[in-house]
Amino acid sequence: MSKTATLNIKDEMVNLYLNNLDLISEGSSSLMNHHREEAIQNFRILGIPTLKNEKYKYSKIESVFSNEYEKYFAPKHITFKVDDIFRCDIPELDTHLALVLNGFYMPNPNRLQVMENGVVIGSMIDAAAKYPHLFEKYYNAQAENGSDGLVALNTAFAQDGVFIYVPKGAVCTKPIQVINLLMAEENLLVQYRNLIIMEESSQANVLICDHSLSPKRFVSNVVTEIIVEANAQLEFVKMQNEHNDSTQLTHTYTKQERDSKLITNVLSLHGGFIRNNLYMQLAGEGADAHAYGLYLTDRTQHTDNYTFIDHAVPNCTSNELYKGILDEQATGAFNGRILVRRDAQKTQAYQSNNNLLLTPDAKIRTKPQLEIYADDVKCSHGATVGQIDYEALFYMRARGIGEREAKLLLMFGFTHEVVKQISIESLRERIDDMVNKRLRGELSRCHSCPMNCC
Amino acid sequence: MLVIKDLHAKINDKEILKGINLEVKPGEVHAIMGPNGSGKSTLASVLTGRELVEVTHGSVTFNGKNVLEMPAEIRSREGIFLSFQYPVEIPGVSMVNFMKAAVNEHRKYRNLEPLSASDFLKLLRERKELVEIDSALTNRSVNEGFSGGEKKKNEIFQMAMLEPKLSILDETDSGLDIDALRVVANGVNKLKTAENATIVITHYQRLLDYIVPDFVHILYNGRIVKSAGKELALELEEKGYDWIKNGN
Ligand SMILES: Nc1ncnc2c1ncn2[C@@H]1O[C@H](COP(=O)(O)OP(=O)(O)OP(=O)(O)O)[C@@H](O)[C@H]1O
Ligand SMILES: [Mg+2]
Repeated sequence: MSKTATLNIKDEMVNLYLNNLDLISEGSSSLMNHHREEAIQNFRILGIPTLKNEKYKYSKIESVFSNEYEKYFAPKHITFKVDDIFRCDIPELDTHLALVLNGFYMPNPNRLQVMENGVVIGSMIDAAAKYPHLFEKYYNAQAENGSDGLVALNTAFAQDGVFIYVPKGAVCTKPIQVINLLMAEENLLVQYRNLIIMEESSQANVLICDHSLSPKRFVSNVVTEIIVEANAQLEFVKMQNEHNDSTQLTHTYTKQERDSKLITNVLSLHGGFIRNNLYMQLAGEGADAHAYGLYLTDRTQHTDNYTFIDHAVPNCTSNELYKGILDEQATGAFNGRILVRRDAQKTQAYQSNNNLLLTPDAKIRTKPQLEIYADDVKCSHGATVGQIDYEALFYMRARGIGEREAKLLLMFGFTHEVVKQISIESLRERIDDMVNKRLRGELSRCHSCPMNCC
Repeated sequence: MLVIKDLHAKINDKEILKGINLEVKPGEVHAIMGPNGSGKSTLASVLTGRELVEVTHGSVTFNGKNVLEMPAEIRSREGIFLSFQYPVEIPGVSMVNFMKAAVNEHRKYRNLEPLSASDFLKLLRERKELVEIDSALTNRSVNEGFSGGEKKKNEIFQMAMLEPKLSILDETDSGLDIDALRVVANGVNKLKTAENATIVITHYQRLLDYIVPDFVHILYNGRIVKSAGKELALELEEKGYDWIKNGN
């Protein structure tokens, strides 16, 4: 991509913003609008990240934007019943369901549900109106608008998204499931925003499922901010299952207070181009963070995970495991940065990244990045890139299991180490099943079928 | 059942098997003994289809079919089983899934429907008892973290699940304590019928007290240099291999 093209994308975005500011603001909330001006100024300086940006050097973000995309500033009135397009394949999984279409929250039946234990699930717009104090405190408090152009771009444009609030002491026994659907007649760029607030001693499981339903080019540039207060526990599972013409750029910021526990599990099952940024801040002593990830890629798909775990205070633990299988000409990257600040004594931080390459053409870059400024810590990291183990394969074949089946069992075993971390059994089984389908090449038909996966 | 004629095989251009002749008939038990490095495991590898070993001459037929042309999985489905000298650990693949896949592939080969989940579990339980294998082991990943003895027991458990026509036990006795040896040998004996056959590769006469061979062969430097009845094992125990090596 040439320099002028980069300039054009930037100018184009800024112009788009200026020309549509009224529409953008009208279709959003004043509390979100409040942050736009500064964000677009930041974007004007930062632009779309280039390969020269150390953090983005393994993913060509600019080329994603070189295509023409439609942008909606108000929800398209597609009238459909949830049940018609969405059939959840997790029969035992009884969830609180939230549906987002092209970045806009769909009434189901309301735009904001308040459960009897005070848990709130709803649209960002409506939540901002009803809970301004929460919004003022947490919205855009973590997102790094000053250093990442894509984040600034999101803050400038985002109008809606999902808001989840679990008040002090509330335990949400049913998982909360958010389904993000992309469906349009034309190529589309969507930018939405999520906010999850876990107050003191609350507990919840949140499952995010991303799907593309029409055979168009899609780009999603999504920022999610998560706050886990003292003693609270959150399990956050994100399943990316979109077609080969889709791009996902995700920026997830988490902040944990004292003795809280957070598990993130990012399962990239399918997608053309995926870049996930995960920033985890351990801000209160005794906080425990688990970051898991799985990426399964083939053809010319590209998946890049950037994680940054910031041990800011003493006595915190973090445990990170990312695994990937790359087939055909797929490419990928894992960059895991861990920062242990000077005061963060007694930190325990473990990281590993394991990759299986199925062909000589598949490529993975893996880069652990440990910066340790405290002296009394336990940290380890390890990265492996390997092929299917011949000895294991032969052993299985010697028991009558055909080569293809044996390879599938081995790959499935490889992925299960990540999937088994999911605590809800029915969900874990379902994801195992989807991974299995994916490895058998049965999931790529996904976009042409009317939503038969979760 | 199994007919091996003038079999020569090499690994990385080094000739290991230098003309093996052996015939195994249904109902028979053959013991193969021989010093370290003489080619016993290599013979087992050739019979089970490990690609690393290249056959340069000779033939192997199993119930009239040319074994050497079959991929490893087909040999297994035809009824050839190897209890590995060094069983392989497979992290992430549970014993249950592994065995289910194996049993059902065998059934498919015989045009049978896959076993239902409950029938499979029933079979699993039954065969576990046969080799007195710890229940917890089948819930773990294949051989992962198993002790040496547990791995060997697990081999015989798999044999019990698959009911092969020809079982090759490559040093299944090594690493077993006295009780485990008895359990494993009993398991093998219980699976014995007039239709199936066993080749026992071992260094020790002790195993042959339990699994009594009809024939004992001594493999030395890639050739079977002596074959006789079970008394040969005793003689070997007494005299050692020098007796063979010093030419007879
Ligand atoms: N993968 C290999 N690469 C190179 N040489 C090999 C390989 N496998 C076996 N060999 C060689 O082949 C010869 C026969 O080995 P084999 O394992 O068949 O012996 P064995 O009779 O089973 O011995 P043991 O009693 O020690 O198990 C040995 O010299 C060994 O070093
Ligand atoms: Mg051997």
